[in-house]
Amino acid sequence: MSSKHPTPRHDQAPWASGSTAAGVAPPPFENELSTAAANEVVGVRSWRTPVVLALLSLVALALFGFNAPDNRVGFRVSEAGDLFRVPDLAVHGVVWGWLTVAVLVAVTALALLRARAGAHLPRWAVLLFGFFFVSGFLVWVVGSSRTPDVSLSGLLAGSVALAIPLIFGSLGGLLCERSGVVNIAIEGQLLFGAFSAAVAGSLSGSAWVGLLAAVVGAALVSLVLAVFSITYKVNQVIVGVVLNVLVSGLTGFLFATVLEPNASVFNAPPRLPRFAVPVLSEIPVLGPILFDQSVIGYLMYAVVALVWFALYRTRWGLRTRAVGEHPKAADTLGVKVNALRFRNVLLGGVVAGLGGAFYTLVSVSAFTRDMTSGAGYIALAALIFGRWNPIGALLASLLFGFASNLQSILSFLGTPVPSQFLAMLPYVVTILAVAGLVGSSRGPAASGQPYTKE
Amino acid sequence: MRLELQSITKRFGSFTANEDIDLVVEPGQIHCLLGENGAGKSTLMNVLYGLYRPTEGRILVDGSEVSFKGPGDAMAAGIGMVHQHFMLVPVFTVAENVALGAESTRGGALDLETTRRRIREISHRYGFHVDPDAVVEDLPVGVQQRVEIIKALVREAEVLILDEPTAVLTPKETDELLRIMRELRESGKSILFISHKLREVKEVSDVITVIRRGRVVGQTSPEASTSELAALMVGRDVSLTVAKDEAEPGECALDVSGLTVVGDNGVKLLDDVSFQVARGEILAVAGVQGNGQTELAEAILGLRERATGSVRLAGKELLGRSVRQVLDAGVGFVPEDRSTDGLVGPFTVSENLVLDLYGDDRFSRGPSLRRGEIAANARRAVEQFDVRTPSIDAPVQTLSGGNQQKVVIARELSRPLELLVASQPTRGVDVGSIEFIHEQIVAERDKGVPVLIVSTELDEVYALADRIAVFFHGRIMGVVGPGTPRDVLGQMMAGATAEEVLGGAQRHGHPHGTGHGATDPQDPNPQDPNPQDTKEQA
Amino acid sequence: MSATDAAPAAPGRQAAPPPTATTPGAARRTWTGSALQSVLAIVAALVLGGLLIALTDDRVVETAGYFFARPGDMVSAMWAAASSAYEAMFYGAVYNPNGNTLGQRVYPLTETLTVATPLILAGLGVAVAFQAGLFNIGAQGQLLIGAALAAYVGFAWELPVGVHLLAVIVAGALGGALWGAVVGLLKARTGAHEVILTIMLNYIALNLVAYLLTRPAFLRPGSSNPVSPQLAETAMFPKLLGEQFRLHWGFALAVLATVFVAWLLQRSTVGFELRAVGANPRAARTAGISVTRGFVVVMVLAGALAGLAGVAQVAGTERALTAGVAASFGFDAITVALLGRSKPWGTFFAGLLYGAFRAGGVTMQSMTGTNIDIVLVVQSLIVLFIALPPLLRTGRDRARSRRGRGSAATEGVRA
Repeated sequence: MSSKHPTPRHDQAPWASGSTAAGVAPPPFENELSTAAANEVVGVRSWRTPVVLALLSLVALALFGFNAPDNRVGFRVSEAGDLFRVPDLAVHGVVWGWLTVAVLVAVTALALLRARAGAHLPRWAVLLFGFFFVSGFLVWVVGSSRTPDVSLSGLLAGSVALAIPLIFGSLGGLLCERSGVVNIAIEGQLLFGAFSAAVAGSLSGSAWVGLLAAVVGAALVSLVLAVFSITYKVNQVIVGVVLNVLVSGLTGFLFATVLEPNASVFNAPPRLPRFAVPVLSEIPVLGPILFDQSVIGYLMYAVVALVWFALYRTRWGLRTRAVGEHPKAADTLGVKVNALRFRNVLLGGVVAGLGGAFYTLVSVSAFTRDMTSGAGYIALAALIFGRWNPIGALLASLLFGFASNLQSILSFLGTPVPSQFLAMLPYVVTILAVAGLVGSSRGPAASGQPYTKE
Repeated sequence: MRLELQSITKRFGSFTANEDIDLVVEPGQIHCLLGENGAGKSTLMNVLYGLYRPTEGRILVDGSEVSFKGPGDAMAAGIGMVHQHFMLVPVFTVAENVALGAESTRGGALDLETTRRRIREISHRYGFHVDPDAVVEDLPVGVQQRVEIIKALVREAEVLILDEPTAVLTPKETDELLRIMRELRESGKSILFISHKLREVKEVSDVITVIRRGRVVGQTSPEASTSELAALMVGRDVSLTVAKDEAEPGECALDVSGLTVVGDNGVKLLDDVSFQVARGEILAVAGVQGNGQTELAEAILGLRERATGSVRLAGKELLGRSVRQVLDAGVGFVPEDRSTDGLVGPFTVSENLVLDLYGDDRFSRGPSLRRGEIAANARRAVEQFDVRTPSIDAPVQTLSGGNQQKVVIARELSRPLELLVASQPTRGVDVGSIEFIHEQIVAERDKGVPVLIVSTELDEVYALADRIAVFFHGRIMGVVGPGTPRDVLGQMMAGATAEEVLGGAQRHGHPHGTGHGATDPQDPNPQDPNPQDTKEQA
Repeated sequence: MSATDAAPAAPGRQAAPPPTATTPGAARRTWTGSALQSVLAIVAALVLGGLLIALTDDRVVETAGYFFARPGDMVSAMWAAASSAYEAMFYGAVYNPNGNTLGQRVYPLTETLTVATPLILAGLGVAVAFQAGLFNIGAQGQLLIGAALAAYVGFAWELPVGVHLLAVIVAGALGGALWGAVVGLLKARTGAHEVILTIMLNYIALNLVAYLLTRPAFLRPGSSNPVSPQLAETAMFPKLLGEQFRLHWGFALAVLATVFVAWLLQRSTVGFELRAVGANPRAARTAGISVTRGFVVVMVLAGALAGLAGVAQVAGTERALTAGVAASFGFDAITVALLGRSKPWGTFFAGLLYGAFRAGGVTMQSMTGTNIDIVLVVQSLIVLFIALPPLLRTGRDRARSRRGRGSAATEGVRA
């Protein structure tokens, strides 16, 4: 779903920035009229970015600056069994806090200047701002806790683990939305995937069967979504919301009626194996993240790469993007719009199902009622925050996973920040994102619109 | 390739869009399908392109029957189509757009290099000047159209269907397109050219088939006279003339000066536009679609952000006020697209008749609507404007286009106006309603209201205008009299100032259109080629 | 003056927009069809729910073991399982024939009305937003914030009888309105999509209330559980039918709210504006209606209604603020509004129906052991079936869904 309705074409001057396009037609008039030049382009001022950055800088000033912990903050890089030792990272809370504030203010000032000139903030500046805000926050929050020392690799590895279902969920959503179908039902797909994996895994005694069942189960949810929203053109958001309720009710009912009374038969799935690649997994920080994962963890990296490649480098991807942007154009070129959308929605279910399996085959070895607890909605947020791009969705999911991991680690360290506020973080960040921090976050133009031949 | 349609009939429910249509396109021929909007041309083309299935009839390619399940089949049979509204993905490059649906792949990955090469070949052969890596939304309309043609040629189309290809082009771009069409014909392609523009049709066609109300009403050659073709097209002798007296302009009422509008992407859509409209006169704004006319109307109404300059109505500044305040200042507004901007489709006729008046004391008391008054108003308006509706409580979207437009006009004229701004007041309206609507507009003028008409249709401009302002790329090329010849307007619409076209002595065609008006008596306009115009100006 | 000489007789019009392809019958059919369609959808959902109950019943599973020997056993076991569950639900929702007194016999009906109260109020909040073209998934968050504020005024302030309750009601409405206003303002100022905003704000509200319930100001003295002090007696809705029933005057508030929303939408200038914004925002804007203001107004209104649902919870039934005070009323409200086709009285009756399901579900769970989650299944199936065209609609109606994306939300409601 696009946060902005696409501007109708006649609102834009079609010859806009025509000068940048090579190979423009011969001049419109032989006798070279100066007045016949294309329209002039001037800057359009938007204060949204500087305002949001200024607000965040103020937060940083109040917390990381004035409230900086006056002690050393340590981040352990190497763990006991690591291949080699890397010295720990340590900064002083006050120093890093004020450094952060200085950088944030500088970037905000730059944004202000750019906005006055009607230009966008360069990407590096946004990234710089993001890095310093996150690190400043981390230093502040860790430094303020009773034990101002944290294991970086534990922090990151835990984040990845929490992010895995989010990544699958947002990639599943991405497959739908890039082809023009809004998928609010990610939550339902994750939940039903988790449920199916638990039941099938328990009954068969094989985690692999469970994995397969998760994929099939989530694809079933997708099937309903596809039939209603593509075949019958029912509003996609409504179908998604209702599907989430349906799955929650159905799995809740079956859990109470069938699974709970016979847990050993129906709700004791075996775990998926975990492989640690020898040597590589002992690299500090990166080792546990990249080379010590469950099957689903490795699959995650593969699927991100695969989706990225498929979307931007294959025939299927070209057609998918076309169908999400301008279905009619695709139709006139012989692309079967609704068939492609249907297939992609099913595929999205398959991917989301893998995320669902993570819950019952990797994370916990049993299904519980509503165990995904809103992860599907965070995945949706990650999809938008990641600008409908697989890599972006991956990074956004990691950020959200990081936030929730921080929450549990901090409660362990004894932090002054209430855990509820950390829990809110992904949602606040998403609101900031859709409200303008990420600027022109433009979703697929045709997302949410059913396609009907005239 | 020889393409033949045999007694094609296409029905939608009870509505027959095409009935018993026979048509043959010979190889290397430009065959024109001439007809009014709504005559069933586009339906027929969609049948031919596999987007619709014919209810009855056969399509033959080189003598053997074909059946198209979709555009893919039509393309495979050698039929390519250039749609009226381009079928291009704006965020894709030219190469991606051309490749779409006919992608070549190498080892599973997309191979755009082949496509790029083909684009360069075709572009070179026909003189298209298209860069395969340009992003389509950055290209001028004329170039986008050539991308559409390339799409068809890459797919080895032998028959090209061009659906109203000149609607969005300047006269110059149109000439370029006609050149391309001739060149394609020389290379043995056949072209089915759909248009309602007689000049182009006569200029380029080999054969002309005229359709009206879904039926073929005649086939003729380009030697046929314009009036003959027009008569065939509309079925009766047409005159678009409105019986109207000469304008009696009063004092200047609307004074637009230095109006500049910047779009969301930073493009100046209107650039320092100045003109005046006097009481009791109609100023028509002419120009190819998309040259700033829409933005002018929207800026006056207060719909545009980033509008600078000044719009004064009877001395009061309108710019910077809300739409509500502008309406309250007595501006009546007929938007160019009634279904998106003028009417709320699911609302009833009576609700739509008070869409911008519901807050008026006549129709509300405090926070409550006066439903009796609203209904009475609707009955009055339906009667007065002859709106054909089953009931005043029918959703307005169930009415025909002409009747919908009458609802809009009736609403805007149902209160005393200080200014009437009407964009495309008769677009998509049947001939009978056109006359009626034109009469209403002239009547408003005769009451002494200043009227600003925006129309891309030169016939309408000529029918209504007391003066004509020509827009190009957001600037006024000049303000000229109503008798200015068509070719002069055409050149102005392509970016020539009135001075350049008519000679240096022309005063009122100042590049920035510092409009003269009836209040501008020092302009005798001696060089105007049209004596009638001179008389009118003086 | 005549322009004939310059204008050849070429009457062709340029670039006509596609004809507005709406069949006159379509609108009427959605209306006449709607009642029958709703009934069919409810029946179909109940049948499917019954099947689910039957298939998970122990006795049915047992008889299935010898299905081929005596198929009749399984069929009758299935019938018994489903019918006894629904019977229990009916007893719990409408009328209990086993009651000794009249009061006991009609007690279930009053329970239905009690449970329906927050559903109706929050459902109205979703419905008005729909009417303005906004998809308010945030009733849950608005309800929670409303409940929190109302509860605070209820237990922390001391005010005279009457005034106190009024203050609680106003506080709840304000809290919800505030939460809705955030959505309206952000949507109006930045164009952010309300579906995302409301989903996120639900979670923020949930965490915020959880946080408040860790603060001394909100905690019950001497308790470490996340429960607020009890609301003062003066802050509570009086019972509507005497002390033996839970039904309180909050229900009357729900009826009043329905009347008000019906008046607002159909008979007021504000409602005219909101509906115009919902049905065609561009035309509304051209007609001088501020679309952005409309978004803010309708979200304030929607939030206030959901906030009143929160009041009904804390000052009607629960008497204290807990993290679970909203139950899932805010989400159920979406299905309520959908079933009610976002019409005020439609929403009212849909709220009654879902209230009956909830109230009956509790009895069902205790009497036959059927898990109450079946109610969620039935509710969502009803909405899906209502949207399912093959049940009644013909292909021609589907053409309507092509129209305007601005009205996407309302379109779906109609569908």
